[in-house]
Amino acid sequence: MQPDWFPWLSILIFLPLAGAGALYLAPERHARTIALATTVLDVLVALPLWWLFNPSSSRMQFVEHVAWITSPPIHYSLGIDGISLPLELMTAALMPLCVLVSWNAITTRVRTFMAVLLVMETAMLGVFAALDFVLFYVFWEAMLIPMYLLIGVWGGPNRLYAAIKFFLYTLAGSVLLLVAILVLYFYGGRTFDVLALSQVTYPASLQQWLFLAFFAAFAVKVPMFPFHTWLPDAHVEAPTAGSVILASVLLKMGAYGFVRFSLPMLPDASQAMTPLIAALSIIAIIYGAYMALAQVDLKKLIAYSSVSHMGFVTLGLFVMNQQGIEGAVLQMVNHGITTGALFLCVGIIYERTHSRLIADNVGLAKPMPRYATLLVIFALSSLGLPGTNSFVGEFLVLVGTFLWSKAAAALASLGVILAAAYLLYMIQRVVFGVALPRELPHLKDIGLREFTILLPLVGLVFWIGVYPNPLVTRMHSTVTKTLETMARTKVAPNSHPSAAVVPSVVSSGQTENGRP
Amino acid sequence: MIPLSYYVTLSAVVFFTGLVGVLIRRNIIIILLSVELMLNATNINFVAFSQSLHNIAGQVFVFFALTVAAAEVAVGLAIIIALHRAKHTINVDEFQLMKW
Amino acid sequence: MTYELIPLLPLASFLILGMFGHWIRDKAHLVAVPAIVLSLGISILAFFDVAGGHHSTIRLYTWLTSGMLDVHIGLSIDRLTSVMLLLVTTVSALVHVYTIGYMQGEPGYARFFSYIALFTFSMLMLVLADNFLQLFVFWEAVGLCSYLLIGHWYERQSAVAAATKAFVVNRVGDFGFMLGLLLVFTTFDSLDYATAFANVGPATAQVMNILEPVGGSFEVSTITVICLLLFMGAIGKSAQFPLHVWLPDAMEGPTPISALIHAATMVTAGVFMVARLAPLYNASPAAMSVVAVVGAITMVLGATIALTQTDIKRVVAYSTMSQLGYMMMACGLGAYAAGIYHLMTHGAFKALLFLGCGSVIIALHHEQDMRRMGGLKDRLPITYWTFVIGSLALAGFPLTAGFFSKDDILVSAWAAGPLGQVLSMFGVLTALLTAFYSFRLVFVTFWGPSRVDQQHAAHVHEPSPTMTVPLVILAVLSIATGYVGIPEFLAPVFEGGDGAHGGGAMGIMLLATAMGLLGIGGAYYAYVLHPSLPDRWAHQWRTAYEWSFHKWYFDEAYDRSIVRPTFTVAVELWKRIDVAVIDGAVNGVARAIAWGAWFLRLVQSGQTQHYALGMALGAVVILTLLMVM
Repeated sequence: MQPDWFPWLSILIFLPLAGAGALYLAPERHARTIALATTVLDVLVALPLWWLFNPSSSRMQFVEHVAWITSPPIHYSLGIDGISLPLELMTAALMPLCVLVSWNAITTRVRTFMAVLLVMETAMLGVFAALDFVLFYVFWEAMLIPMYLLIGVWGGPNRLYAAIKFFLYTLAGSVLLLVAILVLYFYGGRTFDVLALSQVTYPASLQQWLFLAFFAAFAVKVPMFPFHTWLPDAHVEAPTAGSVILASVLLKMGAYGFVRFSLPMLPDASQAMTPLIAALSIIAIIYGAYMALAQVDLKKLIAYSSVSHMGFVTLGLFVMNQQGIEGAVLQMVNHGITTGALFLCVGIIYERTHSRLIADNVGLAKPMPRYATLLVIFALSSLGLPGTNSFVGEFLVLVGTFLWSKAAAALASLGVILAAAYLLYMIQRVVFGVALPRELPHLKDIGLREFTILLPLVGLVFWIGVYPNPLVTRMHSTVTKTLETMARTKVAPNSHPSAAVVPSVVSSGQTENGRP
Repeated sequence: MIPLSYYVTLSAVVFFTGLVGVLIRRNIIIILLSVELMLNATNINFVAFSQSLHNIAGQVFVFFALTVAAAEVAVGLAIIIALHRAKHTINVDEFQLMKW
Repeated sequence: MTYELIPLLPLASFLILGMFGHWIRDKAHLVAVPAIVLSLGISILAFFDVAGGHHSTIRLYTWLTSGMLDVHIGLSIDRLTSVMLLLVTTVSALVHVYTIGYMQGEPGYARFFSYIALFTFSMLMLVLADNFLQLFVFWEAVGLCSYLLIGHWYERQSAVAAATKAFVVNRVGDFGFMLGLLLVFTTFDSLDYATAFANVGPATAQVMNILEPVGGSFEVSTITVICLLLFMGAIGKSAQFPLHVWLPDAMEGPTPISALIHAATMVTAGVFMVARLAPLYNASPAAMSVVAVVGAITMVLGATIALTQTDIKRVVAYSTMSQLGYMMMACGLGAYAAGIYHLMTHGAFKALLFLGCGSVIIALHHEQDMRRMGGLKDRLPITYWTFVIGSLALAGFPLTAGFFSKDDILVSAWAAGPLGQVLSMFGVLTALLTAFYSFRLVFVTFWGPSRVDQQHAAHVHEPSPTMTVPLVILAVLSIATGYVGIPEFLAPVFEGGDGAHGGGAMGIMLLATAMGLLGIGGAYYAYVLHPSLPDRWAHQWRTAYEWSFHKWYFDEAYDRSIVRPTFTVAVELWKRIDVAVIDGAVNGVARAIAWGAWFLRLVQSGQTQHYALGMALGAVVILTLLMVM
C-alpha cells in the first residue's frame, strides 16, 4: 500500500545529517533555527508513516534494499515493523523538543551542539530501522561519539568522568556484540541479514554464548541491574537535551536489541535465561525505586526511576508472551515520553535556579502554576496512574508476567507502591509548600517556548492513557510473528545434551492462561 | 686449510663483542664503533662462506655492506654532533626524552 | 436519553474550569453547579428507568486488546448502580452549592470546583463500570482527586503530607487490587463482570498453591484469593483496619471535600465494590468472614478513638471509619442490601455532619477545636438543629434513617450464623459508643457556656443560605431515606444474599435502640449535667484514655516500623551498595587498568640501550623457537 518507490526511511534517517551539513554552510547565528527546522521537517516526514503503516501485515514495511558491499555481503537494508514504528516516531518527535529546550541553555559552540544533536538523530533513527546487522552496528556505534561530546563538552562540572564512563562502559559491551555478529555471520549462512539470521537454528551451547555476548551490549544500554551505575552520572552531568535523548532513546536501543535480536535469533537461550533476566528485572524495579527514594538531586532521582521503569520493560520482553512483549514495547514509548518530559521539566527549572537539588527547588506551585501542573501530570504518569500512558504499559507487562509466574508479578507490583512513594515525596517538596525567598525572583512561570515543548508530551500522555488501542493494534502482527519465529526454530539436532526443550510460547495467552 | 668453524666462531665473537658494546657502553661514539664491529663481523662471515662455498656472491656483498657501513657512520657522526650541540654530552644515558 | 451524560457533564465542567479557570475565577460555580445538577436530573431519570425493569448497558469504546485480553470502557446501569448514582450526584450537587459559600473569596476557587467536578466524574464512572479494569482505573482516579483536594491548600506542609500519605496508603491497598485483577483475568479469561459472574460456579473448584514460590504447599480456593486480594484494595480505599491511618489526616482538606469524598462517596467505594462483586464473594465463605471481621474491628476501633478526639472534624472522621466498618461487616455477613442501605443513609447524615462542622468552623473563623467552642446553639440555630438531626441519625435514634439502616445491619448480622451473632453484639456495643461520642460532640460544641475566643465571639453568625440550605436538605434526607424502601429495591441484585429477619429481630432492635438512648443519656449526663466528670474519668482510666486519644498509636507504629526504615534502607542501600560496591566495582576496574598501565609504563625508560636490549633478546627468542620447532 505504501509507495515502494519512495525512500521514506532513507530520507527520515539522513535528513538530519543533511541538516548538520547545512549548519556549516550558514552563519552561526542561524544554527538554532536551522536545527529546529530540520527536526520539525523530520517529524513531518515521520508522521505519515503512522497512517501508511499497515497493521495487519507482519512483514517489514517501507523496505529499502541496496547491495552496498558484496563481499562480505553487507547490504544497505532498512525497514520497520510494529515494534520499530512507534520507536521511530517517538525519536523523531522528541528531537525538536530537544532543540527548543537548548535554545537559551547552550551558549557556547551552539553550531557544533546542534550539529551533534542532528548527527545523533540520524544514528538513532538508523538503529531502529536497520535490517542488516553490520548497518545496525554502524548506527549503534555512531551514536556513541556524539553522546560523548554532548556530555563531555556541554555538561556539568564532573562531565569528563561521566562521559568517559558512559563511553567505555557501553563500548565494552558493544565490542562483544561485534564478535557475536561475526559468529552469527559464519554460522548463519554467511549473511548479515537480520531476518535471515532469525530463521536459522543454532546449537544450544552456541546460543548461550551468543546470548551472553548480546547481553553484555544490551544490558549495559538498558541499563539492567547491576550495570546501571553509568546512568546517574551521565544524566546529572549531561545538558538537558542530552539527558532527554539518553533517557528517551538510548535506553530503548538496548531493549530494542533484546527484542529484535536476542529473542528471535536465540530463542532457546532466551528461554533458558528468562528466570535470571526476570530476577534482574525485578531487582531493578525495586532497587531502582529505593535508590530514587534516597536521592537529593532531581536528575539522579529521575535517572534511578528510569532504571526502575526499564526493569518493567525487560521483564515484559522476557516473559515472552503477547501481553508481555506488547506491554514492554509500549512501555518503551511511554517511558520515552514521560521521562523525557520530566527531564525537560528539570531543565526548565534549572535554567532559573541553577540547581538540581530538591532543597533548592521547593514550593514552585505558587509562583509557577502552569509549570507545577505539568510537572505533577508527568510525575503521575511516571508512577503509573491509570488514565496516563505508563499505566497501560505496566498493566500489560504485569498481565504477561502474571501468566508466566504469579510470584514474579507480585514482586514487580511492589514497584508500584514504591514509585508512588518516591515521586509523590518529590512532588511534595518541589511543587507544594512555600518557595524559598532567595529563589522567588527567578521563578517566572513557563513561557510560550517552554509550554510548546511540554504540551505535545502531555497530549501523548493522556492520549495513550485514555485510548491506547490504535498504538497497540499496530504492534499485534509483529509481536505475534516474533513469537512464532521463536517457536518455529527448534534446537539443532547435534546440540549439547542439556539443551532447552522446544518453547511453547505461542500458546500462552491464547489457550493456556497459567492455570494453576 | 683453516676450518670454517674457526671463521664463524671468530665472527660470532666479534659480533657479540659489538652487541655487548652497543648495549653497555655509555659513550655514543663507542656505541657507533660497536655497531661497526657488528657489521664487520658479518663481513667476516660473508667472506668465510664465500670461500667455503666457492660462491663469489658473498665477497661481492661485502662491498655493499662496507659501503653502507661507511654511509651509516657518516650519518651517525652527524647525529652525534647534533646531539652534542643540543645537550653538550655524549653520554647516552642523558638522552631520555621518550621516558614515560 | 443518553446516560453517558451523567458522567460526561462533570467531566466537561472539569475541562472547562481546568483550562479557563484562570479567567473564570469566582464565577466558576456558574459552570460547575448547573453541570452537576443536570447530571443529578438524568440520574433520577435513570433511576426510574431501572425501577421500571430496564437494565441499560452502553459500550463506549475498546480501550485495549492484546492476545486474549480485551478491555473496553462501558457503562452498566442496574439497581445498585442507579442508587449509587443518585447518592453521588445528590451529595456532589449539595456540596457544590455549599462550596459557593464556604470557599468564597479564596484564591483557588475555580481550581477547587474543577477538582470536585473531576472527582464526581471519576466516582460516577467507577460505579457505572461494567468491567474490573474500568473499576480499577477510576478507583485510582478518585484516589488522585482525593490527593489533589486534600492538598488543596498546598502551601501548608501538613496538608501536602496528608495528601501524600493518603495516596501512598491507598496504593498499598491497590497493590493487592491489581494482583486480584490479574488473577481474575487468568481465572475467567476476561475482565468483564458479566463473564466473571457467569463462570463463578465452575471456578469455585479451582485451587491454587500459594506457597509454591517458596517450595511449600498450601492450597487455597482461587476465588478466595481473588476476593481477598480485591478486598485489600477496599481496605485501603474504605479506610478499614489496618490501612485506616490516612482518613483522619485527610481532614486537612477543606470541609466540603471531607463531606463529599471522605464520608459519602470515595470511601464507600470499597463497600460498593464488595457489594458489586457479591457473586464472587458469595462463592468464598472464607473471604466473606475476613471481610466481616475486618469490618467489625474497624467499627469498634473507630468508635473507641472518636470518644476522646477534640478536633470536631476528626471526631466525625473516626465516626465515618466506624460506620464504614458497619457496612463492610454487613457485606461480609451476606447482608449486602443492608450494607448499601446504610451506605446511602450514612451518605446523607454524615455529609450533613461534616457540612455542619464546616458551618461552625467558618462561623468561628477556622476554629476546629471543640474545647474552644460551646454555647453556639442559639447563635447558629439552623446549623444546630440540622446537626442534631444528623447526630440522631448517626446514633440510630428511632424514626431516623440511620435507625432503620443500622438496625437492618444488626438484625441481618444476627441472622447470619454464629460469627454474625458475635459480630452483631459488637455492633450493638458500638451503637452505644456511637451515640455517646456523637452527642458528646453536640453538647460540647453547641451547649454550655461559650468558650469561644473573645475576638471572634461577637461575630458568630449563621452562614449564608448557600451553606445552610444544603444542611436542611440533608437533614430531611437523613430522615426520609429511611422510608423509601432501599433494601427492598436492592434485594433482587443480591439474590440469596440479604439476611433473613428471624425471631431475634425485635430483640436486637430494642437492644440497639436502648443502647442508643443510653449513649445519648450518658453523654448528656457527662457533658451537660456534670461537666467535670469526663476529666475525672480520663484521669481514672489514664491508659485507656491515652490509647484512645493517640489513635492506638498506629501512626507511630507505622512510622517506626515502615516509613522510617524504608528511607533508612533506601539511603543505606544507595551508599553501601550502589556507590560503594557496584560503582566501586566499575571504578575499581578503571583503577586496576590504570595500575596495570602504570606498571607497564616502567618499560618505557627512554634509554635507547634498553630498547636495543629488548630487540636483541627478542631476536634470540625467535631464533631459538625457530630452531626448536
